[in-house]
Amino acid sequence: MSKPIVETKGLQVHFPLPTHFLSREKPVLHALNSVDVSIQPGESFCVVGESGCGKTTLGRAIIGLQTPTSGEVYFQDQRIDQMDEATRKPIRRDMQMVFQNPYASLNPRRNVFETLAEPIRHLMPEKSEAEVKAQVDAVLSATGCDLSWQRRLPHEFSGGQRQRIAIARALVTNPAFIVADEPISALDVSIQAQILNLLTDLQAERGLTYLFITHDLSVVEHFGTRVAVMYLGSVMELATAEDLFANPKHPYTRLLLEAIPKLEGGSFDKPRTPGELPDPVNPPPGCPFAPRCPMADAQCRSERPALRQLPQSVTQVACHHAE
Amino acid sequence: MAMLEVRDLHVAFPRGKRDWIEALRGVNLTLEKGERLGVVGESGAGKSMLAFAILNLIAEPGRISQGSISFEGTNLLELSDRQIRDIRGNRISMIFQDPMVTLNPVLTIGVQMIETLQAHRKISKREAHKLCVDKLKMVAIPSAETRMDAYPHELSGGLRQRVVIAIALLTDPELIIADEPTTALDVTIQAEIMALILKLCRENDVALILITHDLGVVAEVTERLMIMYAGKCVETGKTREIIDGPSHPYTGGLLKALPQNAGRGRKLYQIPGSMPPITNLPSGCAYHPRCEFATDRCKGGAPELVNGVACYTPLKQAEVQS
Amino acid sequence: MITWRSLFKKFLSDPVALCSGIVLLILVFMAALAPFIAPQNPYDLMQIDIMDSELPPSWHDEGEARFPLGTDEQGRGILSTIMYGTGISLLIGIGAVIVQAILGVTLGLIAGYKGGWIDAFLMRLADIQMSLSTLMIAIIVLAIFSATFDANVYADYAIFMLILIIGIAEWPKYARTVRSSVLGEKNKEYVDAARVIGLPARKVMWKHILPNTLTPVLVISTIQVAEAIMTEAALSFLGLGMPVDKPSLGSLIRSGYELIFSGSWWITFYPAMVLIALILALNLLGDWMRDVLNPKLRRGED
Repeated sequence: MSKPIVETKGLQVHFPLPTHFLSREKPVLHALNSVDVSIQPGESFCVVGESGCGKTTLGRAIIGLQTPTSGEVYFQDQRIDQMDEATRKPIRRDMQMVFQNPYASLNPRRNVFETLAEPIRHLMPEKSEAEVKAQVDAVLSATGCDLSWQRRLPHEFSGGQRQRIAIARALVTNPAFIVADEPISALDVSIQAQILNLLTDLQAERGLTYLFITHDLSVVEHFGTRVAVMYLGSVMELATAEDLFANPKHPYTRLLLEAIPKLEGGSFDKPRTPGELPDPVNPPPGCPFAPRCPMADAQCRSERPALRQLPQSVTQVACHHAE
Repeated sequence: MAMLEVRDLHVAFPRGKRDWIEALRGVNLTLEKGERLGVVGESGAGKSMLAFAILNLIAEPGRISQGSISFEGTNLLELSDRQIRDIRGNRISMIFQDPMVTLNPVLTIGVQMIETLQAHRKISKREAHKLCVDKLKMVAIPSAETRMDAYPHELSGGLRQRVVIAIALLTDPELIIADEPTTALDVTIQAEIMALILKLCRENDVALILITHDLGVVAEVTERLMIMYAGKCVETGKTREIIDGPSHPYTGGLLKALPQNAGRGRKLYQIPGSMPPITNLPSGCAYHPRCEFATDRCKGGAPELVNGVACYTPLKQAEVQS
Repeated sequence: MITWRSLFKKFLSDPVALCSGIVLLILVFMAALAPFIAPQNPYDLMQIDIMDSELPPSWHDEGEARFPLGTDEQGRGILSTIMYGTGISLLIGIGAVIVQAILGVTLGLIAGYKGGWIDAFLMRLADIQMSLSTLMIAIIVLAIFSATFDANVYADYAIFMLILIIGIAEWPKYARTVRSSVLGEKNKEYVDAARVIGLPARKVMWKHILPNTLTPVLVISTIQVAEAIMTEAALSFLGLGMPVDKPSLGSLIRSGYELIFSGSWWITFYPAMVLIALILALNLLGDWMRDVLNPKLRRGED
């Protein structure tokens, strides 16, 4: 494999939970438990999992919105998680983010031009106003936005149009790497396809690398190059998209795949037992998935499986029983 | 006679002093006993409005301006508030997207369930308690006895939605209207809840109206399907037949746009534009500005629902001709 | 999202808001143009004649046409003193609110955005401040002030003192309002988007969050102006506010209060009516604004 564009080593994020200031206990939520991922240039690296699995926290830690409790984040071999703001500024041009909710990700009191010009003005102070204007025009046409939108406020646009504007804002500094946190899940079905196609086209034109965070496996199958399946702050399975769907190794991956409603029907015919996430504040000692896992045995309940490479494959799995 | 029959239903909201905007523009629907119907549409298509209208729950200042809703032969729109309450929550139950709409956060599950039951049945507290525990077991809630004393916030999202389903089933309704019951839940929990609803409907012969935006869920759970667009039904028929061979270009577009229907790495089919707001509908067929088969006729007049499809150039017919 | 234009349209279509707006506008114009339209200048000792004192309104037999609403015990025309006094009352009210807003918005913004111990410290400070009544603080400070300096100095600086005291005493209301809307806004994704490009906290706070928290500030400002005018009137009534030679509405009411029983009711009555009209108009306008701008009461309109 070539040199990764983004890499995390032993990334951990713990959230201290609010307590009474006199209480002795200091409960901590383990949002990320030692996550190692390396993202190759030009790929669409997908992170899937259910709510509370830490996928959003991973994206936020990589982009710098969340300070890691421990571990390291690298961008093109430079460690960025502890970098001071002045050194980091040029790197920020290369890393951008698209958010889930287009109704909240645009400042309601700023017009489109102001929203798009801000990243250039802040990160590329050498640009003149005319260059800023030209760059905003260029990125708007690249994302399928009308140039006449610039003086209008976000509330005048539909969800799909707002998401295009949000994507334009992420692209305005010509980044190499984009974190897309559930960029289509707040949109209507017919709009989702438009935005997914836009992301695919932009990747082809500009050689972008995506970290694509989603709960929707059918999108991953269509869009992803490699996939990390997360559960309770840990990566459970890391595989290419083809392998993951053709030959899922981890029992949790299989559970996720079975849960997708199929157009052919018939997969909801047998009742399922309720399964819930274990309490992330006091995670069970062994495998986090063991309480829901049909294959779990005594070893699973006591010993946490590490992510390991399967023989004769590129797939990595954190399971004692996968082979 | 069908169990539920909705004829030419219009719901209107006032705009300004004299102007009215129609959120539903003439919807017809029939539902037989024990039948499961899926209502699919994008946000703003009027699918939730339809559910609220059936229960006569349209909030002021909106109102049902035209049409009839007959349930087992009685027109729900002519009933008094008292009479409709006797049907709502008793013979017709509702499950909402957010369980906290149904659940009161300051009362225990048990108190709420028993209260609901006693509102509709003459029944002693002990019998009611027993029945409630039975229903909780029916929806596969672990340790149902102790959950009766739990408050809603002590349960996870999935369990809360199960409790809501148990409450919906308390009075042995003939019809359940579920409005996006699993949208807020994770995929694995969604699969559990939908499998549960499917099983309960089958076993107890309960009819279901499932309102959702997810064609996959509808394909799994329902027998008949209704596709809504801009306050109108554009296509209706057997779920299987529509999914395998849609007639309306909009339905076809929605299906083709699903990532599971595109090959890996291939571009998705995309419907251009977005649904017009009900305040600003185009002339003729509301879908024509986005439709690749639109003709001048589509711009002029709105097509009626004929043979389950409201389109002048339905896909199947087009294929037959070519 | 509400634009200024739609707000103005709603304002025109609401009779209560429109009436209060008109009343307010008349009072503000009257106060602002007082030097040009008032029959006398009550500050100018040359125009005051003690022989004119306690004349009843002009429609009484003993009244004079020069003084439409009569005169007070020093011979100043009531109409003129009301015109000048309304100006002073409004000046104190608006000035105090500006002080409150600057203090409260800044501290509330910092408390809400920074969180942690800064938030805890500022909010406990606000709690302590709120537990002391504004009037009590004002009485103590003004009593010390007027005892320390002689009457002339007091007369010169009274207006600034009132503005400062009422302003400082009421900042927690703004701080709390701003803090709670900052807490709602700061987790929105547009704030994250600003942080992703590395914008410093100061810019995120002032340029992104602040403009989105100003709606509730606008609402409480109207009510707070009314409150500040009331506080000033109460202080003046207690003899701790504006001096007699530069009367506000409150000191006018006070100056006539002792004469009510001797039959000179007009000295107190007319300033009191103007004060009531002013406060009522401000409060009604504030209520209307709260209803219009409250997103919870505005479902399904955007």
